[in-house]
Amino acid sequence: MATNEKREFPGTYLFNGEMAKKGYGLNKMCFSFNNQEARDEFNADPDAYCEKYKLTDVQKQAIKDKDIIALLREGGSIYYLAKFAGLLKLNMQDIGALQTGMSVDEFKAMLEKNGRGEV
Amino acid sequence: MAKIIGGVTTSHIPAIANAMANGLEETPYWKPFFDGYPPVRDWLNEQKPDVIILFYNDHGLEFFIDKKPTFAMGVADEYYNSDEGWGIPTIPPVTGESELSWHIANSLVEDGFDMTICQEMKVDHGLTVPLNLMWPGHNYGHVKVIPVCINCEQHPMPQPKRTLALGQAIGRAVESFEDDLKVVVFGTGGMSHQLDGERAGFINRAFDIECLDKLVSDPESLTQYSNYDLVELGGAQAVELNMLIAMRGALLGEVTELHRNYHAPISNTGSGLMLLENK
Repeated sequence: MATNEKREFPGTYLFNGEMAKKGYGLNKMCFSFNNQEARDEFNADPDAYCEKYKLTDVQKQAIKDKDIIALLREGGSIYYLAKFAGLLKLNMQDIGALQTGMSVDEFKAMLEKNGRGEV
Repeated sequence: MAKIIGGVTTSHIPAIANAMANGLEETPYWKPFFDGYPPVRDWLNEQKPDVIILFYNDHGLEFFIDKKPTFAMGVADEYYNSDEGWGIPTIPPVTGESELSWHIANSLVEDGFDMTICQEMKVDHGLTVPLNLMWPGHNYGHVKVIPVCINCEQHPMPQPKRTLALGQAIGRAVESFEDDLKVVVFGTGGMSHQLDGERAGFINRAFDIECLDKLVSDPESLTQYSNYDLVELGGAQAVELNMLIAMRGALLGEVTELHRNYHAPISNTGSGLMLLENK
C-alpha cells in the first residue's frame, strides 16, 4: 500500500499528518495532563488553560462540551484525549458510550456481543 | 551464545493494572482473562529467562507528537513508569540490560533499521502491565527488559511487513550475541479494538483468532495486510497487532504453540494470550 493512499473508514478518524497538525495544541494540552499540577491548573480555570495551549474556538467549545467526536474531528488523538477523559474520571466504556450515543450499559452490552463474535 | 527460547503475546491495557491493584482477578468479569495466565507464568518461572525483549507502543508518556519515533528502543540499566494522566500508582522501576541492548542497536542500524536509541525512556502501561501480568505484585525486578517501542499512534506507521522484518533482525542480533543468555520476546497490545469515533467498541473475534493462528504457523501471511487493512478488519487500534507480528518475527527457529487463551471483551479489546516455544 502506498503511504499516501486515501481510504475512508466510517465512524473512524485516522490520526494522520493532517490531524496531527490540526490538533497539535489540543493534544499538547492533553499531554500536559500527565502532571497533577497541570490537571489542577486546568480544573481551576479550564478556559485559561485552553487559551494557554492556543486551542481554536471550536476546540475550546468541544472541551467545554466534553464532545469527544468533535475533539476527534478537530485533530484530537484518542491516546491524548484519554488523558482528558482520565481528568474527567471517565473510563473507556464511558467514552465509548459518549461517542456512540448509547448508555454505558448499552455500550458494554455491545462489547460483550462483539466479543462473542455475534456481529 | 544468546538464544531466544520463546515468545508471548499479551494484552497491555490499563484496566488490567486497575483490576490487579483492586484484587478483581476472581470476579466473573475478569476471571476468564486472568485464568489464562498461570501456565505462562509457570513456564517463565521454569525457564528463568535472563532477558525479555518487549515490543509495545508508547501512549503519550515518553513520546509526544512533537517528535515521534517510528521505532525506538531503550539501552538503559533502568526504566521508570510515571503518571499517565489518570493517577495509576507509582510502581517499582524496570531493570534494563544495556550491553545486549547496544549490541541489538548496533546490529539493527547496520541491518537497515534506523532506531531511535534511548538512554532515558519512561515506560507506560504498554510495557509495565505485561510484566506485572507475568510476575504479579510487580515482582519483575530480577528480569532484564529491553523495551522496543513501535509507533502505533500517528499515521504513517510501520507496516506489518516492516515490523515482521524488524523482529527478524532482532532475532538475528540476539543470536549473534556471545554471552549465554536466555531471551524471551513479548509482543503486547491489540488485538482488535477501536476506542475512537462512532465505530468505537468494534471487536472482530474471528479476525483475532485467525491472526493468532497465523502468528503460530504462517506469520508471513500477515504481511499481506497494510495498517489500513488492520483498521478495517480489526478497528482503529488493531494496528497494535504490529507488536505481535514483530515478536513472531524474532522467533527464527521451529515454533510450537504451548498455550493460548483468547477472551473478549476486556475493556474495549479482544485479548489474545499465547505462549510460543522457539527451538
